[in-house]
Amino acid sequence: MTTLTAFRPRVPPPVAPPPSRAVRLEGAAKQVIESSRGRLTLAAGVFAIAFAVVGMRLVDLALSKPAHDAREIELPRANDSAGYAADRADIVDRTGALVATSVPTASLYADPRDILDPHEAVAKLQTVLPDIKGENLEARLSAEGRSFVWIKRNLTPRQQYEINRLGIPGFYFQREDKRIYPHGALMAHVVGFADVDGKGLGGVEQAIESKIKGSQTAVELSIDLRLQHIVRQELQAAISEFSAIGGGGLIMDVRTGELLAMVSLPDFDPNAPGSAPADNRFNRNTLGLYEMGSTFKTFAIAMALDAGTATMRSSYDAREPIKISRFAINDDHAQKRWLTVPEVFKHSSNIGAAKIALEVGAEGQKAFMRKLGMLDPVQLELPELGKPKYPRDWRPINVMTISFGHGLSVTPIHLASGVATVVNGGILHPPTLIKRKEGEPIPGRQVLKTSTSDNMRRLMRLVVEDGTGKKSEAPGYWIGGKTGTAEKVSRGGYKKSARLSSFVAAFPIHDPRYAIVIMVDEPKGTKKTYGFATGGWVAAPVVQRVVQRMGPLVGLPPVDETPEIRRLLSVDSQPQPKEKSVAAR
Amino acid sequence: MTTISRTDTSVLGRWWWTVDRWALAAIAAIAFVGVIMILAASPAVAQRLHLDGFYFVRRQFALLLPALALMIGVSLLNPIQVRRLAVLGLGIGVGFLVLTFFHGVEIKGARRWISLGSFSLQPSEFVKPCFAVVSAWMLAEQKKGEGVPGNLISAALFLMLASLLLLQPDLGMAVVVSAIWFAQLFLAGLPIFWVVALVILGVGGIGGAYLMLPHVASRIDRFLDKSAGDSFQVSRSLEAFRNGGLWGRGPGEGMVKDVIPDVHADFIFAVAGEEYGLFVCLLIVGLFAFVVVRGLLRLRSDSNLFVILASTGLLVQFGLQAFINMASSLHLMPTKGMTLPFISYGGSSLLALALGVGMMLSLTRRRVGQGAGS
Repeated sequence: MTTLTAFRPRVPPPVAPPPSRAVRLEGAAKQVIESSRGRLTLAAGVFAIAFAVVGMRLVDLALSKPAHDAREIELPRANDSAGYAADRADIVDRTGALVATSVPTASLYADPRDILDPHEAVAKLQTVLPDIKGENLEARLSAEGRSFVWIKRNLTPRQQYEINRLGIPGFYFQREDKRIYPHGALMAHVVGFADVDGKGLGGVEQAIESKIKGSQTAVELSIDLRLQHIVRQELQAAISEFSAIGGGGLIMDVRTGELLAMVSLPDFDPNAPGSAPADNRFNRNTLGLYEMGSTFKTFAIAMALDAGTATMRSSYDAREPIKISRFAINDDHAQKRWLTVPEVFKHSSNIGAAKIALEVGAEGQKAFMRKLGMLDPVQLELPELGKPKYPRDWRPINVMTISFGHGLSVTPIHLASGVATVVNGGILHPPTLIKRKEGEPIPGRQVLKTSTSDNMRRLMRLVVEDGTGKKSEAPGYWIGGKTGTAEKVSRGGYKKSARLSSFVAAFPIHDPRYAIVIMVDEPKGTKKTYGFATGGWVAAPVVQRVVQRMGPLVGLPPVDETPEIRRLLSVDSQPQPKEKSVAAR
Repeated sequence: MTTISRTDTSVLGRWWWTVDRWALAAIAAIAFVGVIMILAASPAVAQRLHLDGFYFVRRQFALLLPALALMIGVSLLNPIQVRRLAVLGLGIGVGFLVLTFFHGVEIKGARRWISLGSFSLQPSEFVKPCFAVVSAWMLAEQKKGEGVPGNLISAALFLMLASLLLLQPDLGMAVVVSAIWFAQLFLAGLPIFWVVALVILGVGGIGGAYLMLPHVASRIDRFLDKSAGDSFQVSRSLEAFRNGGLWGRGPGEGMVKDVIPDVHADFIFAVAGEEYGLFVCLLIVGLFAFVVVRGLLRLRSDSNLFVILASTGLLVQFGLQAFINMASSLHLMPTKGMTLPFISYGGSSLLALALGVGMMLSLTRRRVGQGAGS
């Protein structure tokens, strides 16, 4: 410790010192002290100003608006569905069953500026969301200059709760709609799907985006989920049985053009469109272009009957294959005799169909096909629409092949629409996936004579009763139809092993309500079918089962034959052989 | 508290009636704010470093009472003892400073620390107040005209110290030491011509540092151009002041302490701004301004040149350090790591400041007569 003596003031010298150098210098020191007073004031002033600047800066900052006020965290509100306006309208089937809807969910995002420790935050988050890629997210959260990072969209309420409970600062929720497809894959190709931002990316969702987006009015589809389910189930069974690569199934209301079922297999779950191979999103019914094969004989004969070049009694020489240049047209079920028109249809004679078509000629055939909509894309509420392929130069050989469904590629929708037109009295109703409103006029135009349609129904019934389509017969339901087995085009020619087996049908055929197209892609014959994989063996039984299941649902239970039915379906098949040259005209 | 009688002639009694009690009270208030701020800011840093939450709090508190004891103890000394202490301190300090070049602990690119067991010591902190006193002594001696080449010795000391600090490199300390010396020369009656010349030299020195020291250049570049690169700490700091607003977000509610690495030292002012708001910040600024401005103004009535110069040096050091710290946090100048006296975490800084303030309190005690310095 210090001693007190050190503090004792020095006693000034009792006598004034003689003027000396020291005194002068002491005077100089005094002078310095004098001048220092002003300079001390100056220094104090400088510090005062400096601290005042600090103070003003503080005031300036404190009064400025916070860049980001974490106190104003938007809390997700209770999902009040009554007052909730989704950003996309619901989609329902024709019975009102929900096909697509939007549910409000919470989506998790982060403001990296508020994240204290990205590593810890991610580690904690992974306890709730184990599928989060930690390193990737950590990198994004650590990036300077970002204020918004999506972490996971559309959380379940439970996940949201768990994340809230973690209490990690910097994680926020945004209310977002999630598009839900309650029926999953069942309606995949019809509804398509919407992306995470609520934008339609396929199917009806995309095609009528403008009617769905921002609307609160449910879109009513023409599809009947019950029929859709039946078709999908039966088609899937056939695909499995015959080890096919896929298939398509359609049910159309022949009186309105409404599609009641539209199934393309394989399909995908629109709730997770990315989880299936991209090929599965291919809609065979509307985008797939196929040479349909013998089902097209329906149109060849309807064309000839309508044009008057043939009658039900006309007959054609099917004894010999037609040889034209290097091609030969043979019959699969060769009868090797003269065939009447019903026989040509019943036995699916290529030779007969070719000769019938030749009588109409290229111009007539092309015009007929155009009239029937076979040369233009179908106008349907889907983005996936195929444009038919047909020969630019429509020569006699094309006339003949097109008569039995080769050389002209259309989609199954074209086929269904054509068949509906053929059986419904000749009126082409444009196909649609949207339910037609009651009381509104149904668009349609007469493209065939009613009498042609009457006769075509008789012929189609004949195929099922006593022709290639016997396996579709469902007693009491009065199915009429036509088989088709087309060899698929592969590089440079037709492949025997890769076939498209199909069956087009209508029922009840004496007063048709529904047209059905079943198509199985590349079926392989089984022991049960004796190795056959034709339309009659593969697709016809599907139609039979579909009709048997749907009939009671749609108010068409099986009925016994009545005189009325017999009259409507009786075929006057008295042959009236004609000696007509089949030489190319 | 027992009252101390005017007539009490014990050591403490004399001390109490002669010491600058207002300054003492302000320093105590600053230290109290510092206690609260260390409690607010350092646990977050400790957790980030995977230390016990109260690691820094404990270390700082452990040194707080010794520091106060040091301050009061030193303030009990008389000017001559202060001078001796300063000479001793400067000698040891410079010795350690030189030692840092051989045994220093390199932290973040600079060798400023000497490891002493569990504590590491930053000699430059202790050198500053000692230099202020010794330099003042020398300048005062020169004016006495007793043949002591005071100016020369002071200049030599300054140049040596400045070089050592620049070599570490520690530009901030060098700037503070330069400011101390310059203020003392200024008060010692430096002709205006030389004042201007030294100011130009100082500016030139900073320009030279800009050209010679890359980290200084980048700091200044980033200050001048906000868009250039990383201004993370400063922008977070400014955000903290904005978020704090007038009244703050409340104790413990701050976020800035969780994102700025050395928030308990260099950016503790931002924590104060965020959690306690504008008024507490203004109070802190006011306390520092009170100590410095009042101290300087009070010296005008002193007639001992050594006391004037030494106290000015110590006050300039204290005030400049506070200003640089706060101005850095507020983006009024390029970020310079400098502690906020008695508030920031840091053992060396705390003890050295206690030493400096103790010296200042000692020198500014009211003395009867004028002879103490002669």
